[in-house]
Amino acid sequence: MFANFMAWIDKRLPVTDCWNKHLAQYPAPKNFNFWYFFGSLAMLVLVNQILTGVWLTMSYEPSGDGAFASIEYIMRDVDYGWLLRYMHSTGASFFFIVVYLHMFRGMMYGSYQKPRELLWIFGMLIFLVLMAEAFMGYLLPWGNMSYWGAQVIISLFGAIPVIGDDLTQWIRGDYVISGATLNRFFALHVIAMPLVLVILVFLHILALHEVGSNNPDGTEIKKKKGSVKPEELSKFKFHKHYTDKYDIVDAIPFHPYYSVKDIMGVAFFLFIFCWVMFFAPEGGGFFIEAPNFEPANGLKTPEHIVPVWYFGPFYTILRVVPDKLLGAVAMFGAIIMLFALPWFDRGTVKSMKFRCTWHKVNLFQFTVSFIVLAILGTKAATPLNNMIGTVASFGYFGFFIALWFYSKNETTKPVPERVSK
Amino acid sequence: MKKFILAVFALVPVLAFAAGPSLPLDSANNDLADKESLKRGFKTYINYCLGCHQLQYQRYNRTFTDLGIEEADGIENYMYTGEKVGDHITNTMPKKEAAAWFGTAPPDLTLEARLRSPDWIYTYLRSFYIDESRPFGVNNTLFKDVGMPHVLQDLQGVSSIDENGKLTPAQGGSLTAEEYDEVVRDLTNFLEYVGEPNKLERKALGVKVLIFIFIFFIFAYLLKKEYWRDVH
Repeated sequence: MFANFMAWIDKRLPVTDCWNKHLAQYPAPKNFNFWYFFGSLAMLVLVNQILTGVWLTMSYEPSGDGAFASIEYIMRDVDYGWLLRYMHSTGASFFFIVVYLHMFRGMMYGSYQKPRELLWIFGMLIFLVLMAEAFMGYLLPWGNMSYWGAQVIISLFGAIPVIGDDLTQWIRGDYVISGATLNRFFALHVIAMPLVLVILVFLHILALHEVGSNNPDGTEIKKKKGSVKPEELSKFKFHKHYTDKYDIVDAIPFHPYYSVKDIMGVAFFLFIFCWVMFFAPEGGGFFIEAPNFEPANGLKTPEHIVPVWYFGPFYTILRVVPDKLLGAVAMFGAIIMLFALPWFDRGTVKSMKFRCTWHKVNLFQFTVSFIVLAILGTKAATPLNNMIGTVASFGYFGFFIALWFYSKNETTKPVPERVSK
Repeated sequence: MKKFILAVFALVPVLAFAAGPSLPLDSANNDLADKESLKRGFKTYINYCLGCHQLQYQRYNRTFTDLGIEEADGIENYMYTGEKVGDHITNTMPKKEAAAWFGTAPPDLTLEARLRSPDWIYTYLRSFYIDESRPFGVNNTLFKDVGMPHVLQDLQGVSSIDENGKLTPAQGGSLTAEEYDEVVRDLTNFLEYVGEPNKLERKALGVKVLIFIFIFFIFAYLLKKEYWRDVH
């Protein structure tokens, strides 16, 4: 019965073939470690954001007069509205936690290197759209930090010579941030950005499956056709799309092996996620900032205007540069550096395990710099903080510059032919 | 790898230490589960605060249900101005005039406990002192030059301040210091409740969800182990 039904479908749409090609017979390296959970977790959070977002939209009122009150309506009068709202607000922060760890994984194991440059670019585009999505979403509760945070960020565009002022006015749709801004941000947040995000995620995965997953050793699991002895080949059945072109070693089908493993990862993640969501939904004032419990007020600035924590690194880079325009250039430059990472790294060895000590030190200082920048972004700009922020900014940019120099003629350890256990 | 992560955790706090002065707040030690305290706080709020400060996002009947007040009792003892029981807890103070009277319109307090924290409210209401230079003759150590008069003065009395900023009772009210602290604690408790009426429900549900996820994790782990036998 079911077999007949599937046969009927498959004649008209390649469902079974697609399932096999991308899941049941997709060859994934068998040595994925802890860091490989974050891709599927990012997908989980994306689905969470979309679903809770749809339901929040049903009760949210996108207007300057009604937005703040409608959030409290959701929190108090809508059945389990508080849960939907916290799932969405906690989900936003966890989205960035997961994505940052996912990116860090890529940096550790060289997953951006040839032939995965386009995969990395799609990932970076996702990151960029995600930041825009989060920024616009953060205005919607129409709290006072929403208002002033948006004010500060939009005014950045005013630093652009000649067109700056007109541009900020065009973005806001008004001379100040107002209901008009809120309405357009709402439209972009619930329709345009999610649509682009989902398309980019689709392309990210498609590109991944074309080049294949990297792994902690950076060793290629697809060998030249005919180069591997039959007894060395992976004993699992893979889709002919892969086996026609390559001999596949040390791989397992994504489904069921990684699907069951990812379910385990999902459970672990949800435990932490729910812990925060149910017992500390404000995330210590980082996930929902206290001034946002006061409605937007154009005449009353919060004591410290600070962006949400996930913008912290880039905001600090902006702030430590004395000149507004140069600051904005540095901030966007910081993101461009990440985009260009595959070309800054001229090395051929992917995993940091087998790269030179310089690389490990460099990656280490980059990690520390990034976290320090993030923390400073949520603090007041005291002279001491600015000094530390400047050093950390040099650490951030220095990573890429240094990488470009030492990666050309790097002394590396031999990379094993086959992945380790 | 482990060394790498440990080193990151070791180095980051050195560079970005938690700076900035934090206000010395007294601990309110209020208990959201104490419904009698919440009821007393609600009563104090209606009698002393509502005239100026609305709770415009909170409804009367919701409050009655959550605090265990019978509706008839609630209408009789907590509603004075003829609203319907499903109405929000508001007042009729005109915003513009209020701004002229106090320098700024008295803010809505529904979310005050989330905006400033319960400890802040508890400390604030116990920090008024005599300052003849102010329009209402009082000032506040926690909120300098606040526009609000010391509304609970007939309960607490009023304190005077010495050059070190220390408050000493100058003139007694109808309550002892301990009794007054109790009144403020109840009021703080009520405001924390109003800030997030679902807080207790949230935590109760959270415990159940975490237990479920924990059990689910065990099964997910066993399932993974079973499948991965083929791989190793």
